[in-house]
Amino acid sequence: MGQTIIVNDLQKHYGQVRAVDGVSFSVEQGEFFGILGPNGAGKTTTLEIIEGLREADSGTVEILGMSPWPRNPKLLTRIGVQLQATSFFERLTAREQIRTFASLYGVAPKKADEMLAQVGLEDKADTPAERLSGGQGQRLSIACALVHDPDIVFLDEPSAALDPQARRNLWDLLRQINDSGRTVVLTTHYMDEAESLCDRVAIMDNGAILELGPPASLVRGLEAVTRISLETGTLSVESATELAGPGATVDDDGVSVTIGTDDPARVLTALADRNLLTGIQVRGATLEDVFLNLTGREYRA
Amino acid sequence: MTAFTSLSRAMLLGWFRDKSALFFSILFPLMFLVLFGGIFSGMGTTSKLAVIQVGPAPLLEQSAAGLGDVLDIQKSQDAAAARQKVKDGDVVAAISQQGDALQVSYSAADQVRSGTVQGILRQVVAQANAVGVPQKFTMTAQQVEDDSLKAIQYTTPGLLSWAVAMGATFGASATLVTWREKRILRRLRLAPVSLGSVVGARIGVSVAIAMIQTAIFLVVASLPFFGLQLSAYWWMSIPLVIAGTLTFMAIGLVAGGLAKSAEAAAGISNLIVLPMAFLSGAFIPLEAAPSWLQAVSNVFPLKHLNQALLDVMVRGQGPLSVLPELGIVLGFGLVIGLIAMKVFRWDSV
Repeated sequence: MGQTIIVNDLQKHYGQVRAVDGVSFSVEQGEFFGILGPNGAGKTTTLEIIEGLREADSGTVEILGMSPWPRNPKLLTRIGVQLQATSFFERLTAREQIRTFASLYGVAPKKADEMLAQVGLEDKADTPAERLSGGQGQRLSIACALVHDPDIVFLDEPSAALDPQARRNLWDLLRQINDSGRTVVLTTHYMDEAESLCDRVAIMDNGAILELGPPASLVRGLEAVTRISLETGTLSVESATELAGPGATVDDDGVSVTIGTDDPARVLTALADRNLLTGIQVRGATLEDVFLNLTGREYRA
Repeated sequence: MTAFTSLSRAMLLGWFRDKSALFFSILFPLMFLVLFGGIFSGMGTTSKLAVIQVGPAPLLEQSAAGLGDVLDIQKSQDAAAARQKVKDGDVVAAISQQGDALQVSYSAADQVRSGTVQGILRQVVAQANAVGVPQKFTMTAQQVEDDSLKAIQYTTPGLLSWAVAMGATFGASATLVTWREKRILRRLRLAPVSLGSVVGARIGVSVAIAMIQTAIFLVVASLPFFGLQLSAYWWMSIPLVIAGTLTFMAIGLVAGGLAKSAEAAAGISNLIVLPMAFLSGAFIPLEAAPSWLQAVSNVFPLKHLNQALLDVMVRGQGPLSVLPELGIVLGFGLVIGLIAMKVFRWDSV
């Protein structure tokens, strides 16, 4: 497994604003890599420098052994960049869109039609791109990014403004793309998306990477509380406090009693002893907690 | 398909499916053509051909009985006023008789009617000669210097140059802005296509649209209802239209470079092209305008395009005579094109 992307100490300043401030990471071949952070964290600027749309003030980027800046057509045939859902040629149908993009890479129309079918849009082939739903538009834009069979795919906030069902469908598609052996680099401001899809995530804020690693180990490395909820009435606040022991918190909002503890095993065993496990909910720490822990503030999506 | 052809195809399809673009580049100018060329020229037209007789012309009076059916003969003593009426297109010809010679002054603007009148008068002379030998009557025909063309003759080149200017400017500015704001430009930059094929495709499409405009215009204006008479060297209008398209595309690219939205781009384009059309004589002849305005109009590329189209399409001037104008239009294009490159942005930020 070679490293396909090597980013070393990227800097990009706009006046006083340090949009990207010393970012370094590398992505392995076939990896699903996420850049996570709130709006304005510098994710998109970082991605644009890697893609070759912007020049870094300093630092280096190497993709497949080549530099993306200045514009390198040889590299461009091997990377796929997703458009935003609205970035289509005006008044062209879905099929015409993808065929146009295919021809830019010298790919035959037949291959373009296959790609359209692969993202589940063959029955929308004759629909003008403007009339596709958000999720369909996003799938078309991903199909356009994949039509030339690139080694690396860059996706900039692909699930922004999608309803939950469309997001799930999109996730399935993105997993398929990664399973076929492509390296995928994705930016997102959704914690759950990064957690669900990425092999590794870089958490960015204020132009710098705060933490980098597999989502699970980031969460594990966190000394965070586990929240255990039961239906109100099954256990009184008093007995819950007694059961959970010192250091735990107990809260009753009228619907459920929630115990926050750093020793979930002991609490769960005690609950099992009392035969109270029916309807129980256990929620471990998430990337959201990691972010909160790193920045000391709530995650603003 | 190569990048060039597929991008051209994408742009052309987008244009054909855009009802408002079709309206503004084809139908709207045609409406003006109907207005200026059809309705205005229809005023005062009678079925009889109006001619004006200056002073006594015994030849006409001798055969006046038959002549009255086809010619509406007005009478005047003022030769200068009569010539003016011919120039203005109020009458087809002015006729005077000096001794045995019949002099006919006609306007080149309406070749069919002036030809008909000349034919009739030749017959009159021939009949008069047939009566007595030796043949003593002669006829000379002389073209009145035509600084005023018949409405449709003037309107067609003017409106065509305006339509081409509008189509090229709007097409280029709208494509540039929407492609930039919708981030298609950025997407193209990330595809292995050369800037040359993107720009080339846009130029190709604009030229194709201008050719479609020209063809439709000439066909419609040549319908009997309008009666446009093209001169022999009308084909020289093709390179002129192409040069005009390039120049006005450059203007559109400047507008698109400055504008932040498609609406703003359309507004800026309108702000440039519409006043220019009025001041360049695309709608109304500049001859009647004050001399300072005529001087000012020289700074507009549309004036030179319009002038050159008039010369080759209806004034019957040779193809070489408009080379200076062709050069001027292309020169404008070059300068504006350089400005367009200066204000070009790949991205909206």
